[in-house]
Amino acid sequence: MIKQFIKSREALLVLAILILLGLISSRFSGFIAPRNMASVFQDTSILIMLALGQMVVILTRCIDLSVASNLALTGMVVGLINVAAPGLPVPVLLLVAMSLGAFLGAINGILVWKVDIPPIVVTLGTLTVYRGIIFLISDGAWINAHEMSASFKAFPRYELLGQPVLSWMAVASIILFYLLVVRTPLGRAFYAVGGNPHAAVYTGINVGFTRFMAFVIAGAISGVCGYLWVSRYAVAYVDIAGGFELEVVAACVIGGISIAGGIGTIGGAVLGALFLGIIKNALPVVDISPFWQLAISGSAIIIAVAVNARSERKKGRIILKKAEHA
Amino acid sequence: MLASDTTTPKTAEAALSLRGISKEFPGVKALSDVSLDLYPGQVTALVGENGAGKSTIVKILTGIYQPNGGTIEVAGQKTQFANAHAASAAGVTAIHQETVLFDDLSVAENIFIGHAPRGRFGLIDRAKMNENARAILKQVGADINPVTRLRDLGIASKHMVAISRALSVDAQVVIMDEPTAALSHKEIAELYELVEKLKADGKAILFISHKFDEIFRIADRYTVFRDGQMAGEGLIEDVSEDDLVTMMVGRSVDQIYPKKDVTIGEPVLTVSGYSHPTEFDDINFELRQGEILGFYGLVGAGRSELMQALFGITKPSKGAIKIAGDIAIVRSPAEAIGRGIVYVPEDRGKQGAIIGLPIFQNVTLPSLHKTSQQGFLKLAEEFKLAREYTARLDLRAASLDQDIGELSGGNQQKVVIAKWLATKPRVIVVDEPTKGIDIGSKAAVHEFMGELAANGLAIIMVSSELPEILGMADRAIVMREGRMAGEFKRSEMTADRLVRAAAGIKEKAV
Repeated sequence: MIKQFIKSREALLVLAILILLGLISSRFSGFIAPRNMASVFQDTSILIMLALGQMVVILTRCIDLSVASNLALTGMVVGLINVAAPGLPVPVLLLVAMSLGAFLGAINGILVWKVDIPPIVVTLGTLTVYRGIIFLISDGAWINAHEMSASFKAFPRYELLGQPVLSWMAVASIILFYLLVVRTPLGRAFYAVGGNPHAAVYTGINVGFTRFMAFVIAGAISGVCGYLWVSRYAVAYVDIAGGFELEVVAACVIGGISIAGGIGTIGGAVLGALFLGIIKNALPVVDISPFWQLAISGSAIIIAVAVNARSERKKGRIILKKAEHA
Repeated sequence: MLASDTTTPKTAEAALSLRGISKEFPGVKALSDVSLDLYPGQVTALVGENGAGKSTIVKILTGIYQPNGGTIEVAGQKTQFANAHAASAAGVTAIHQETVLFDDLSVAENIFIGHAPRGRFGLIDRAKMNENARAILKQVGADINPVTRLRDLGIASKHMVAISRALSVDAQVVIMDEPTAALSHKEIAELYELVEKLKADGKAILFISHKFDEIFRIADRYTVFRDGQMAGEGLIEDVSEDDLVTMMVGRSVDQIYPKKDVTIGEPVLTVSGYSHPTEFDDINFELRQGEILGFYGLVGAGRSELMQALFGITKPSKGAIKIAGDIAIVRSPAEAIGRGIVYVPEDRGKQGAIIGLPIFQNVTLPSLHKTSQQGFLKLAEEFKLAREYTARLDLRAASLDQDIGELSGGNQQKVVIAKWLATKPRVIVVDEPTKGIDIGSKAAVHEFMGELAANGLAIIMVSSELPEILGMADRAIVMREGRMAGEFKRSEMTADRLVRAAAGIKEKAV
């Protein structure tokens, strides 16, 4: 087991993160203090959760570019609900956010499954549509901190065992997604559908439905993140989390989730998100312009894809050893 | 008056000659000591069963494979085709069964891709390209506008484009690999005309076909391959259909098939009047417990399509099936598996193994309802199930946790079979079970099929390899052009009869 881990992509990522932390701490030693690491984790929680949702979609050989728009739309809707009915308890809002997110994901899923449109086209479309709906329902206006109820804003910050709920939500998501992916037939189907859709058909798996479910799950977690985002930053407007979908996809790719489907682990997705989260949090403290962040995460993506491509090619060579026949 | 009848030699010099060609692959001798002469202005038919070595010789002729022994002569000059480009430069060109064309390019672009005429600055001279394309299309007698997008053409016209492309490189030797397989009657007639034109132009043509009527219609000479060896050659006018069939199948049985004597039990699957709008029509058969039912036919006879319909992947237009006496409607593969029908498809890479999943997960994929509790998978149960069935198949793998992609083809096949057995099926459909796997694994697969039948499973074996059908099947159904062309008990099965039924030739009068 240990031997296997050392050779795995996750080990490589852990190593990369350790080197990164080493470099940062050589310029600012406080960065690796446990307290700061915990706050980096908290800050990366939403990215981790979205990356988990994106991962199951990518596993099925699809992609969901609408996650950030979904997040922004659900965030706006729960924000408006909170303004209209400040007494509504947070768990109800969470449920609303999750259901609405799942519904938006289901729209993506139906279009991919029943109408047979390529996922990248579907979600590029819904990306714009969902953003547009935010404008329609909010009239372009912001919901500001003072309009939100105190409990609405306090929830993600509420501390349990010394850590904020936001971090615990990420931890819970990691556990749930691990169970889903590793221990349920649906999770197995994600891998089968992405790894070899033709073969999956012959084993009785409904490829379209499996993809649909992946979109619903990704949508549901985007919805939850919508509430978390709006309450954490205590603001909702049309453009929140604009372009964040690319960061989510980047986290997956850096984490070794194969864009061709069928390959990837929960550990990879989480580490990929943490890698980006650390860079994002470290750059200001080591006095590098945040604009460098884009260049650095871009380079990380290219390096990760190159590493993935190399290890996948090695596999191909072994297959080709089989004898050819006339 | 001066007579000058000495100017034409009695037999023209061959445009291309292969002498003593051998080709070996690890574990298999694909060709041994075969010779082939192609003469200008003549059509040579290459005849032989699947696996006789026809594709190998085509690949040698086009420079894709290099022979292990023997010589290639072009117009009397010894040469070597080190790669596809060398063969093409020597004037050898092949038109393949499944033509490789580009749907979204124009006809002219398709014809000249890779060698388009260049104008100023090295840019493609489109006007010239279209003009040249028009000339070639006229030469092959195809009324196609060179600027049409290929996608908008029918299959026959696409074929003409493929042929034009072959001619655009100034070929002297044209190889046609089952060119009529996908064509309608009218289109075939047009193809024959084209072959006549090419002959008149002095091209040497190698024509590979399974259809005897067309061989006798257009070929001048024949060469028969059997198991990678020469089984005969000569002029078509000196030979009869019967002679060719005998040359093709008169084999030495060098493989021993581990067919077990099994008591045939109750019918488990009854198919009546099964039809499909385009693929097959009026199929009726009964499959009994312990029986191996062979489905023989040429490639494209509709066998796989029939099996896919039985498995719920495609919908039949009419007909009914009964499983163990009860009328069954199978709408999806999941339902078929649930009712005890499983399908081991032909193309392992595409339809069998899921590369990226470890071996044990490949095995348990269709059985997950058995290895899970309250919706959660029990990994230990999965391992147990996978271990049980892979052990029965004598799988050689370091660990069941290993990625299936790291296994050899034969071992991957075993994993795929283990996967199906783990569902405890009643009927197992195997489509070309030993295609492309080495001889050792082949024997293991046959042995295992025999055992399964002995254990009461009913097996449908789709195979294009005659010896496999003759060796393993209790009964054989021959399909031709989507219809049943014959049904033979084991005692009635002969190579001769099956080949005749598949090719649509009458039985030899006794």
